[in-house]
Amino acid sequence: MPTIHEKKFVSGDPSKCIGCCVCEYACSMKHENTFNPTKSRIRAVRLNSFVNLAVACRLCEDPPCVAACPRDALSQSEENGIILVDEDKCNGCGWCVEACDYGAIQLHPEKKVVFTCDLCDGEPSCVEWCPEEALDFTTKDIISQKARISAVKKLFQEALKSEH
Amino acid sequence: MSYAKRILYVDLTTGKTEVKPLNMKLAKDYIGGIGLGMKLWLDHSKAGVDPFSPENPLIFITGPLTGTMAPSAGNSYAVVSKSPLTGGINESKAHGFFGPELKRAGYDAVIFTGKSEKLVYAWIDDDSVQLLDAEHLKGKSPAETDETIREEMGDFYIRVSAIGEAGEKLSRVGCLINDEFRAIGRGGMGAVMGSKNLKAVAVRGTNDVDVANLEEFTEFVRTIYERMKGPATRKYRTLGTPENVLVLNALAALPTRNFSQATFEGAEKVSGEYLNERYVKKIIGCATCGMRCDHIALVPEGEYKGTTSRVEFECLWSLGPLCGVDRLDAIIEAISLCNYYGIDGISAGVIVAFAMDLYENGIITKKDTDGMDLSFGNHEALVETIKRMGTRKGWLGDTLAEGTMKAAEKIGKGAEKYANHIKGMELPGYDLRTLKTAALGFSVSFRGACHLRSGAYSPDMKGKVDRFKIEKGRGKIVMDGEDLYNVVDSLILCKFSRGVMYDGLKDMANYYTLATGIEMTPEDLLKAGERINNLARVINIREGKGTREYDNLPWKIMNVPVPDEGVAKGVVVNQKEFDIGLDDYYSVRGWTKEGIPTPEKLKELGLNDLVSIVKKKIGSKK
Repeated sequence: MPTIHEKKFVSGDPSKCIGCCVCEYACSMKHENTFNPTKSRIRAVRLNSFVNLAVACRLCEDPPCVAACPRDALSQSEENGIILVDEDKCNGCGWCVEACDYGAIQLHPEKKVVFTCDLCDGEPSCVEWCPEEALDFTTKDIISQKARISAVKKLFQEALKSEH
Repeated sequence: MSYAKRILYVDLTTGKTEVKPLNMKLAKDYIGGIGLGMKLWLDHSKAGVDPFSPENPLIFITGPLTGTMAPSAGNSYAVVSKSPLTGGINESKAHGFFGPELKRAGYDAVIFTGKSEKLVYAWIDDDSVQLLDAEHLKGKSPAETDETIREEMGDFYIRVSAIGEAGEKLSRVGCLINDEFRAIGRGGMGAVMGSKNLKAVAVRGTNDVDVANLEEFTEFVRTIYERMKGPATRKYRTLGTPENVLVLNALAALPTRNFSQATFEGAEKVSGEYLNERYVKKIIGCATCGMRCDHIALVPEGEYKGTTSRVEFECLWSLGPLCGVDRLDAIIEAISLCNYYGIDGISAGVIVAFAMDLYENGIITKKDTDGMDLSFGNHEALVETIKRMGTRKGWLGDTLAEGTMKAAEKIGKGAEKYANHIKGMELPGYDLRTLKTAALGFSVSFRGACHLRSGAYSPDMKGKVDRFKIEKGRGKIVMDGEDLYNVVDSLILCKFSRGVMYDGLKDMANYYTLATGIEMTPEDLLKAGERINNLARVINIREGKGTREYDNLPWKIMNVPVPDEGVAKGVVVNQKEFDIGLDDYYSVRGWTKEGIPTPEKLKELGLNDLVSIVKKKIGSKK
């Protein structure tokens, strides 16, 4: 099982994301050699000019999608935590889609089985292409560290200045 | 191959739809976007067609790269039709997210003809095309229409291009808007759509968009994305186009108070610098773009608190300095009203400034304005007038909704001297008295006063030529600008990204070939640009315009010398130099002295079927 330092996933920063969908094109290009957002594993949501975020699979512990599958077509990788789809067993019933709170697992428009982020063999295409650098290939530990450090820095701005 | 190779025909009268293959020879000769759009319009219309008649085709068209990951070229579309504002051919482009959805639905273009009996919207869902009742959408803004359609269809990812009340009421400056702030802005395309009782086009597409050479295309796109982070796009990523306010003001080229002055004493208060400091909350962008230029402003306090819009130079200028208004919050409110009613923001400001000028000169009075003090600088009057224009309320609103040319005709009493338009289309934010290459360029543009047809203001602003005179040689500058921009607008590359095409036409030809698999050289592209310009010119001629007398300048530009103290004082465009400019331009174009493309020139460009149109015109001019 991957440790908290090894389990990386694709995380979007809502303060940077502008909902441009380049990530969707990068993903469909990488996996399907074509340009088609409906075949992208990461999807952007632009609620309005100020509220945007791209969302991909968050590699949940005890994934609800895996639990929901009535045909045991889904499993979670021991190596990196991604959701593996047995395309022979999957019949597109969509129970996993209903179980996921983030819309991160979807029904493929052509193959009619489900698909979700597989981290692109360790170098996610979406992260590489995002023009705003709003996507990070990172761990939850790093995310909480960054937020914590940033908060402390803000609180002690004066003290930090006088250190120098 | 990134063309869908299919054109959808929708007859709004009968409700019948049909799909026909795209003629691939036409695709190569006219590229896509405005070029192909105008060619299709010509082939599907008859001379003298009334812009508001069912017989005037309304064409939605994508580019060859639309739907791919090509930055800025991947997200675009255009609308082509005969303009009720100019009576000539019109094209308008927009970016955002609508274009790719249309391509994914499987269509390079959609040609609407006829007129629906009731208000409808077109719902294009891959192969399924329906005309659905839109009575409940009547009067809604494009943004409200967008939201409502997506909600009732239950799909967040449907894309919508819609008109507002102004288009429904056939305002000649009515526009279409998609994705909140992206406008098919100029030339009254919204009015044409309204005349067909078509409220919106909603589209959802699930098909792949492929390119001929994915690997090399991807590498080239990667290069473009990197260039987009560099100096070529700096302006758009930082202050944005509002940077132009202080730049033009310093050059005495910022038209103020309806072209009464060329500098604005309130320029600092409405500058790009101040806008960004106080009002811009976020900078976002369109699908597949690596640049981001959408400066989204939000008014934090005061009587216009909460108003938000994307703000670009042209609308800031027309609703600001041109009207003598120095309050950015009021300008943002005015822009957001243009978004709400679906009115061309540039034309709106020029029309209000026109009305203000008439008011200050006693040609219209408080009786005509229903008691409103329509003096320059009165921001409340600006806001109120736009509301009336958008709803066609009262004599004032109804008259101004016709555009400055027709409004001046209606008002009489010498009003035409205050109407700043060329061919009916209102002038954009460049003082043509102090930017004379622009004066020539704007006067000959086929869609009317337009800075985007040739970018002819650029050599003036950059100091590459003497901007205070027109001399031989300017014709070629304008022509080169036009031919290049015809290519740019047919590929439909965002003009803000033009700087990343380091190798110009060579880069563009490469883009085209890698995406479509059709061999295109830079020379082919340039020829296509020239072909498209001649096509547009001949269409205008067919429609009874398009000759030298229509390539003119507003009265003030030729009769009111710049009064502002400084380097530009006393400058005006005189007839002699203007004639030299026109003669020079027609000469390099290979046209007659009347500005008519010769049969030889047309044959050279493969436009043999248009020769009869010019022969008739040349004959009648003798």
